[in-house]
Amino acid sequence: MGERKELTCIGCPMGCPIEVELDHGKIVQITGFVCKKGELYAMKEVVDPRRVITSIVPVDGGTVGMVPVKTAGDIPKHRIKTCMEALKGLRVTAPVTSGQVIVANVGDTGIDMIATRTVARR
Amino acid sequence: MIQKDIVIIGGGPAGLAAAVAAHQAGNRSILILERDSVLGGILNQCIHNGFGLHVFKEELTGPEYAARYIRQVEACGIEVKLDTMVIDLTADKIVTAINEKDGLLQIQAQAVILAMGCRERPRGALNIPGSRPSGIFSAGTAQRFVNIEGYMPGHQIVILGSGDIGLIMARRLTLEGAAVKMVCEIMPYSGGLKRNIVQCLDDYGIPLRLSHTVTQIHGKDRVTGVTVAKVDSDRNPIPGSEEFVACDTLLLSVGLIPENELTRKAGIVINPKTLGAIVDESLTTSIEGIFAAGNVLHVHDLVDYVSTEAELAGKNAVKYVSGRLVKNESVAVVTGSGVRYTVPSAIHPAIAETITTIRFRTDNVYKDSYVSVDLDGERLQHIKKRILTPGEMEQVLIPRKWLSERPGLATITIKIEEE
Amino acid sequence: MVDVLIIGAGVVGASVARALSQYELNAVVIEKNHDVCEETSKANSGIVHAGYDALPGTMKAKFNLLGSRMMASFCRDLDVPYRNNGSLILAFCDNDLPRLAALKEQGELNGVEGLRLLTAAEAKRLEPNLNAGVVGAMLAPSGAVVDPFELTIAQAELAAVNGIDFVFDAEVRAIRKTTSGFLVTTDRGDYETKVVVNCAGVRADELNNLVSTRKLSIIPRKGEYCLFDKQVGTLVEHTIFQMPTELGKGVLVTPTAEGNLLIGPSAVDVADKDDVSTTAEGLAEVVRKARQSIVSVPTGFVITAFAGLRATERDGDFVIGEAPDVPGFYNAAGIESPGLTSAPAIGDHLAASIAIALGLELKKNPIRKRPGTIRFETLDTDRKAAMIRDNPDYGKIVCRCELVTAAEIRDAIRRPLGATTIDGVKRRARAGSGRCQGGFCSPKVIRILAEELGIDPLEIVKSDQHSIILVGFDKDDM
Repeated sequence: MGERKELTCIGCPMGCPIEVELDHGKIVQITGFVCKKGELYAMKEVVDPRRVITSIVPVDGGTVGMVPVKTAGDIPKHRIKTCMEALKGLRVTAPVTSGQVIVANVGDTGIDMIATRTVARR
Repeated sequence: MIQKDIVIIGGGPAGLAAAVAAHQAGNRSILILERDSVLGGILNQCIHNGFGLHVFKEELTGPEYAARYIRQVEACGIEVKLDTMVIDLTADKIVTAINEKDGLLQIQAQAVILAMGCRERPRGALNIPGSRPSGIFSAGTAQRFVNIEGYMPGHQIVILGSGDIGLIMARRLTLEGAAVKMVCEIMPYSGGLKRNIVQCLDDYGIPLRLSHTVTQIHGKDRVTGVTVAKVDSDRNPIPGSEEFVACDTLLLSVGLIPENELTRKAGIVINPKTLGAIVDESLTTSIEGIFAAGNVLHVHDLVDYVSTEAELAGKNAVKYVSGRLVKNESVAVVTGSGVRYTVPSAIHPAIAETITTIRFRTDNVYKDSYVSVDLDGERLQHIKKRILTPGEMEQVLIPRKWLSERPGLATITIKIEEE
Repeated sequence: MVDVLIIGAGVVGASVARALSQYELNAVVIEKNHDVCEETSKANSGIVHAGYDALPGTMKAKFNLLGSRMMASFCRDLDVPYRNNGSLILAFCDNDLPRLAALKEQGELNGVEGLRLLTAAEAKRLEPNLNAGVVGAMLAPSGAVVDPFELTIAQAELAAVNGIDFVFDAEVRAIRKTTSGFLVTTDRGDYETKVVVNCAGVRADELNNLVSTRKLSIIPRKGEYCLFDKQVGTLVEHTIFQMPTELGKGVLVTPTAEGNLLIGPSAVDVADKDDVSTTAEGLAEVVRKARQSIVSVPTGFVITAFAGLRATERDGDFVIGEAPDVPGFYNAAGIESPGLTSAPAIGDHLAASIAIALGLELKKNPIRKRPGTIRFETLDTDRKAAMIRDNPDYGKIVCRCELVTAAEIRDAIRRPLGATTIDGVKRRARAGSGRCQGGFCSPKVIRILAEELGIDPLEIVKSDQHSIILVGFDKDDM
């Protein structure tokens, strides 16, 4: 089954419009890119779009009230919602170390949600 | 009065990098004055990633990037005063600051590095008609509420301004549960990075309305909606194109302004194009021994360049204190057509680095154009650029050789040409 | 049962309350909004008019002159920012010159002192930034500027410390005559009172008409303003007027008592008494007209715009005094310009009348002076250091633009009739009134308000009780 996807490349400020033709989910043709970065971006973005997600989690007893967190690597785009839901209602207690796992295997993505700031005890 | 060699006003990315560079250059009498209760400046609330690609070759979040420098400051044992606001700066480098613990401090500095960052333009600067309900926030203030305080500013949001802060907040608010109805941008192009359009708007189905602006705010006590209209090529609303959008929150991402109250108090000359100090290649302002770096000098897009710039200020502050910043003649950096401003505005060949970086912004979007560098009319650089936009800071590199080979050089002109 | 019930806590109501509070009595001020100074009193030019503009023999002329003469010492006693900067009325064409001379005569008839006609050259020497089109001017040295928020708040505070109660969020719904006076029904309960004083601004006609057959009619006339950064606050020294018209005093350009530059107001009658929205046309008109007076309007330095409604009475004068057919019902209605100037004098006048009518005795030791919030920013270095040693909260700057400390903000909340809202803090301590308009300080001000009031930050409002700022915690709506 043929399918066409249109993207804007984010490799540089040009923002080239790229068109990807698919057949049964496999890339048949990519047009519109003007450099290798664009081609690579389009390939990944169409087949397996992934994102790093960041958020904040309330901290009890810390020198600051919120600890910023991120997924330790990029997660599938379609798992963003589940990932966020895994954080809802969550609270952590200080101290928190930057890099510490806050939620392991968040949203069943195989990726951990880790703290990105060290928060000492108040 | 306290005596210090180098006083750095601001402990955000610029102040931190300048301090570390000054320490590495050998100075041991450095003091950072920071008004927040933590170092890191605005990076603390920039919890998204995308920082450090140039400096660390890694993609870091704001707090992680800040932590790299804060650790260095701590390792170097550089003195820091937190919760300390500088309230005055004189031309002879007397810094007056206050905090709860020490009370009022007066410090005689040998050199001062201005690293105060920038503030946001409020609604008033745009004169958007309507009443004055609650529910109107500048994007950075909303970011502080969400990321530092843990509070949501609203449920249904319209964002005016597609600069990076507006885009980042579109995503942040959506992820935290709000409904972002649209982002309006008065220009026909977005001011933010392309990656943010994709990852902050497209990913969440948030429409971007280019050539649109908010012409009225509705609601007396709390925002109940906004009127959005298309604008013509002169950026005036087109009658008949108005559309009411129900919302309870309006976020404004309509410009950043360097925070130069102290700079003005000291009588330092401000560049009306950048609203930051006019500096030479050593980042010296119109007062010898007072330097400026980071967003207080000109608003940057990438914190990596803030750090690089600030390191130069730190290094030169040390040189100045030890009497080694002797300038002699200067070459004026001239903005040719297409260039809105340059930093620096002048270069002293006698003390210029091996390579001097001139950072600039264009005044419009240019596709398939050339960045040309002329030294007293002599064409020395003519580089093709597929795209140039005001939203992306550019740079040209001037080798010192070019300057030393041309004694008596008067001008370096940077311009954008079609061919 | 109270002796006096005052409706409205704007500058007039606060003045009546302040004047009455010097007497032994039981009085209450009923205010529809959440704080004092929420309507016309917070959205005007802040001018103390010299008084040449009012028609001789009118209430406006009488109270303008009384107010103008007493204002300097009044503001000293109440610690209200006031600056006697003088007024300059400009003529742009030769036809205006005789009108200018007539204004001078009228002013002298009203009792205004020091009026002087100037040539264009003299005017420009006084004000280098005047537009070239100026052909002549009149100087009114007694003209001044005052902080309208402080003028209202100071009087209200003084009334409160002298024992007068203030009730907020209490709109008057009905007034009925009773044998002993009146029964006033409000959103927050019924009040029996001997005397009612109607200081209800744009709604004073509605309240009067509930009880009196001498009907009043107030047309709300909207005026829009632009406020500019203090960096351009010295563009002009005097308050620069244009020739007055039937609609009012015209667009003026003035430094404010706080050091900003202000231009406005426009003058457009509106139908809705709640409509204080600014409009594109209104703001454009204000800028356009201001350009007639000064060389250029520094539009790059605008920090905010606002609109206020003048309470213009159909017959054009103040209506002050007991309603002819309703003993005990006193009006201070139709108080448009020169209302701010006249307010202290109106308060004194009505209080004196009421005191006689009710046989009130002066308090033995009424509090007559009121110390304002200390302005840390204006203190010299040694004093600043001493203040911080004494109270470390002075060492914490909350509002960066106006250099306002945590101590001043706490004081603004703790004082009598203290602030309970963001706007209340702004009007009392100036935090949030600077160039970033609260962008930096509002998170901190919210925290301090919540702490001082013992409530959750989510309950903090901007001004009206429904003007919630924060709607919940992150992820609440997920």
